[in-house]
Amino acid sequence: MLEKAIKGNVLYWGWLFFLLAIIGVGAGAYMMQLEQGLGITGLNRDVSWGFYIAQFTFLVGVAASAVMMVIPKYLHNFKAFGRMLILGEFLAIAAVSMCLMFIIADLGQPQRLMNVLLHPSPNSILFWDMIVLNGYLFLNLLIGWVTLQSERKQVAPPKWIMPFIYLSIPWAVSIHTVTAFLYAGLPGRDFWLTAVMAPSFLASAFAAGPALLILLGLAVKVFAKWDPGKESIQALAKIVVYAMSVHLFIVACKVFTAFYSQIPDKLYHYKFLYLGLDGHTTLATFSWVAIAAGVIAVIILLNPRNRQAENVLAFSCILILLSTWIDKGLGLISAGFIPNPMKQVVLYTPTQPELLITLAIWAKGFLILTILYKVAVGVKKEIEA
Amino acid sequence: MKSSRRKFIRMAGFAALGWSICPSLAGAAVEAGPKLYFKGEEQLSATQWAMAVDTKKLTRQVMNKCIEACHTLHNVPEIDSNQNIKWLWIEPFRNLFYDQSHPNLTDMANKPFLALCNHCENPPCVRVCPTKATFKRPDGIVLMDFHRCIGCRFCMAGCPYGSRSFNFFDPRRYLEQLDPEYPTRTKGVVEKCEFCAHRLDKGQMPACVEASEGALLFGDLSDSSSDVRRALRERYSLVRKPKLGTGPNVYYLI
Ligand code: SF4
Ligand code: SF4
Repeated sequence: MLEKAIKGNVLYWGWLFFLLAIIGVGAGAYMMQLEQGLGITGLNRDVSWGFYIAQFTFLVGVAASAVMMVIPKYLHNFKAFGRMLILGEFLAIAAVSMCLMFIIADLGQPQRLMNVLLHPSPNSILFWDMIVLNGYLFLNLLIGWVTLQSERKQVAPPKWIMPFIYLSIPWAVSIHTVTAFLYAGLPGRDFWLTAVMAPSFLASAFAAGPALLILLGLAVKVFAKWDPGKESIQALAKIVVYAMSVHLFIVACKVFTAFYSQIPDKLYHYKFLYLGLDGHTTLATFSWVAIAAGVIAVIILLNPRNRQAENVLAFSCILILLSTWIDKGLGLISAGFIPNPMKQVVLYTPTQPELLITLAIWAKGFLILTILYKVAVGVKKEIEA
Repeated sequence: MKSSRRKFIRMAGFAALGWSICPSLAGAAVEAGPKLYFKGEEQLSATQWAMAVDTKKLTRQVMNKCIEACHTLHNVPEIDSNQNIKWLWIEPFRNLFYDQSHPNLTDMANKPFLALCNHCENPPCVRVCPTKATFKRPDGIVLMDFHRCIGCRFCMAGCPYGSRSFNFFDPRRYLEQLDPEYPTRTKGVVEKCEFCAHRLDKGQMPACVEASEGALLFGDLSDSSSDVRRALRERYSLVRKPKLGTGPNVYYLI
């Protein structure tokens, strides 16, 4: 089936070369990081995780979202998703690959990566995160490939794949839960020390992932001239708006707990996130943009008429991605480390090489995604022709 | 053992790879019972090592001497940015005990104290490390294997005391003089105070304790006649963030 990836028009190849160019620049920056160390990033003694880990956290959510189509399709026999499901599974593959690349980019000694397997430490959540992420990557590769292949032959997927499909449902939940536990169980990091960490991760994931899928579905419709189907897009739109509402509700709950209790340990982090601390208000500005974008998107999407207008839907999905990305990609990690254990504000701003490496990993993800989508859509078109 | 180890270092070309080796860890890294790492007659042993900081004796001068002793002995580089390395450092009372200070504690709040790793009884850094590069010795010392560390910095997120530092750069770049007795680290690994485990193994007290003119006391917590226990009996003391349940083993005598 892979041969479908090498037959494309100018636009397709132009896009691939554009991505490759970004990857090339990022690779240069990464070589610099390998040689000089993480000192070329904006990370510091107090904010020891930054942009890489934040992207990883955001993308785990995107990966987990495939389950929002697997559940209706296989547990409730919602046929409309059958058409589009493969796009969800392939998005998961691209997203998990990016997650793993971001973890590796964040390591101070990447050549020792295998130590995690050589000296397995079940006490460490990072150990489990590696397992669930790689497992989820494997599951989606397997399920995606096998189902697409049988679709091409126009036969029903083999029976043996069903247990894997069912397994992928709790597994998707697990990747996000385990990632949330990376943060949630640390003493002295009060911003993260909350039981709603995993639920809130899932809520924002089920908004962000499907929102991205809708946009990708619409892009496929425009660029590849293949329609993933109105019904599935509409069903996804409903999932997005409800998940986003739950996400915003959980944010409100967390803010209430911090501000009403007025316990400094918790409060300062939220002050930093929403009001600014010691005059540092950059992040607060972003946070309010995130809230505003989220609320506006929900208000728009609650109205079925808006959901049906594809351009309005696309606009709202962009708002939701912006909102959830700021929440995970900027707020979550920074506000967890600031103020530091001595209650001092030490800031973190990503540097240029750090941004280039980040961009390159995103480009690699989109490269994987483009090629996989090219194959999937090629097969779909072939059957329908 | 010694000569073969030396040969090993040379042979493996660790230096070229930018690795470093810590003799005191060579035995302990092989996770095993106490027998494997107890190396000699002269070694000081304990059930739980602990330190007591006599804050009344802490003058700027004494503190600087302690830091100097520690940082030169362990080749800790002086880096002038927030990507710096600190094993032993000065921090005002207000920062160390912000949950136990109040606005009217004016004199005390600004008083400079020494800060270091607490060698927690229930160390979160050990719990979160995915490679066991951070581990706890049977005598309670929380140690690091610099060769195994992958630089994920989970332990930095896990430590609630800000006691860990990361080598953002090759530390040798910032070292004017090297102490050949102790290995330098490579870029990309985490490090912290290790209660001078390598000195205890040779029958010596930690370097900072020796330099402290009596301001730092060190001993076995389970031995009721030790300096630390005696001081704790006689003086009022604080530990940092006791409510977190990490069980810090650095006590501040007030
Ligand atoms: S103070 Fe920090 S580094 Fe030291 S043992 Fe406790 S958690 Fe670990
Ligand atoms: S940075 Fe090193 S010591 Fe710290 S948790 Fe990671 S592997 Fe363990």
